[in-house]
Amino acid sequence: MNINATLFAQALVFFAFIIFTAKFIWPHMLRAIEARQKQIADGLAAGEQGRKSLEVSGKQTEQTIQEARVRAAEIVGQAEKRGAQVIEEAKTVAKAEGEREKTAAKADIQQAASRAREQLREQVAALAVAGAEKILRREVDAKAHAELLDGIKKQL
Amino acid sequence: MATQYKSATEYIEHHLGFFTKPAEGGGFWSINVDSVVTAVLLGSIGLGLLWWVVRGATAGVPGKRQAFVELLIGFIDDQVKGIFHHGDRNKFIAPAALTVFVWIVLMNSMDFLPADWVAAAFGLIGVHAWRIVPTADVNTTFALSLSVFAMMIWFSIAAKGLGGWIHELFCAPFGGHPLLWPANFLFNCVEYISKPLSHSLRLFGNMYAGEILFLLLWMWAANSSFAQDYFGGFIVSVLLGLGWAIFHILIVLLQAYIFMMLTIVYISMAHEHH
Repeated sequence: MNINATLFAQALVFFAFIIFTAKFIWPHMLRAIEARQKQIADGLAAGEQGRKSLEVSGKQTEQTIQEARVRAAEIVGQAEKRGAQVIEEAKTVAKAEGEREKTAAKADIQQAASRAREQLREQVAALAVAGAEKILRREVDAKAHAELLDGIKKQL
Repeated sequence: MATQYKSATEYIEHHLGFFTKPAEGGGFWSINVDSVVTAVLLGSIGLGLLWWVVRGATAGVPGKRQAFVELLIGFIDDQVKGIFHHGDRNKFIAPAALTVFVWIVLMNSMDFLPADWVAAAFGLIGVHAWRIVPTADVNTTFALSLSVFAMMIWFSIAAKGLGGWIHELFCAPFGGHPLLWPANFLFNCVEYISKPLSHSLRLFGNMYAGEILFLLLWMWAANSSFAQDYFGGFIVSVLLGLGWAIFHILIVLLQAYIFMMLTIVYISMAHEHH
């Protein structure tokens, strides 16, 4: 255990090693570690931002759905109203048409009845004339009674 | 191997001899070539490996090698962060702590190499004494602790100015009253002397004792009654060596850690104003 100049040699080596570490090892490693730390911090921040924007868009979606729901309800209401209206209109039109057809049919019936009555009247008149002719053939002049017959015909 | 020696003392003395290159000027200027060369080699290998890994370091997903180095550097950075609060630790103190830790762990680990194998290997190239554990050389540990001491003084003066440093020498820790100056000065002297002394001798003592204990255990195995049977002696020496080596792992790492922590603490304290 004798002290000698090894002391100085080792001290010089020691300082050389410290300088080497401080210049070439520590900064390299530190740079890599710091860069990774920054990456991780950035990643976490991005994640946080993503979470926030997801929240916001979730709210937006909810709002949009709410609006759509209201709008849909409105549309359905309008459609129902319109449907009722259409039905009402159709009813009215149908009623009017029915009314018109009824009137037309009545008119037809009346016409037909009056025609039949006319025919009947003519036939009755003819029959009456024929009958009267047969009765009067012998004693009555047809011409002389034609006036009378016309008067009767008109009364019928 | 041990049986070739005449006595235990000779065996131990032979294994604890230095490969010293004597200087002309006298005893002090000679150099323990083994300590210096081993220390330089180990430091270069350790720091070189770190440099190699760190040079290709990526900020993305690290590989296994990089993860290991990051673990080491993160561990040391945590220690420094907890103690040093006086400016940018990345500039000097953290790299210094890393250097100290890596270097001392490697130097201490040389204790795991079987002393007889090392002696035999160096004997083959004609070198008959080579101390393979640089930290079991008191010169190495004093070189480290005195360097730390120099840093302490340097940072103390850099932080407080020369006047501030001298002021503290006389006015702290007891107070600035002129009557207390001698007491303060004496106290600070004791502190300044004891710090490097305990710092270096703690490491030296542990490693030196570890080395000697290996030698003693093998001596014991070789000379005990087990050794009458060749394989009995072999097995006992293996068991003893293994037992101590496993326990020594703890000491190797612990002493390196303690030396690093004290380095950080001393340099941090030098920055503090009283």
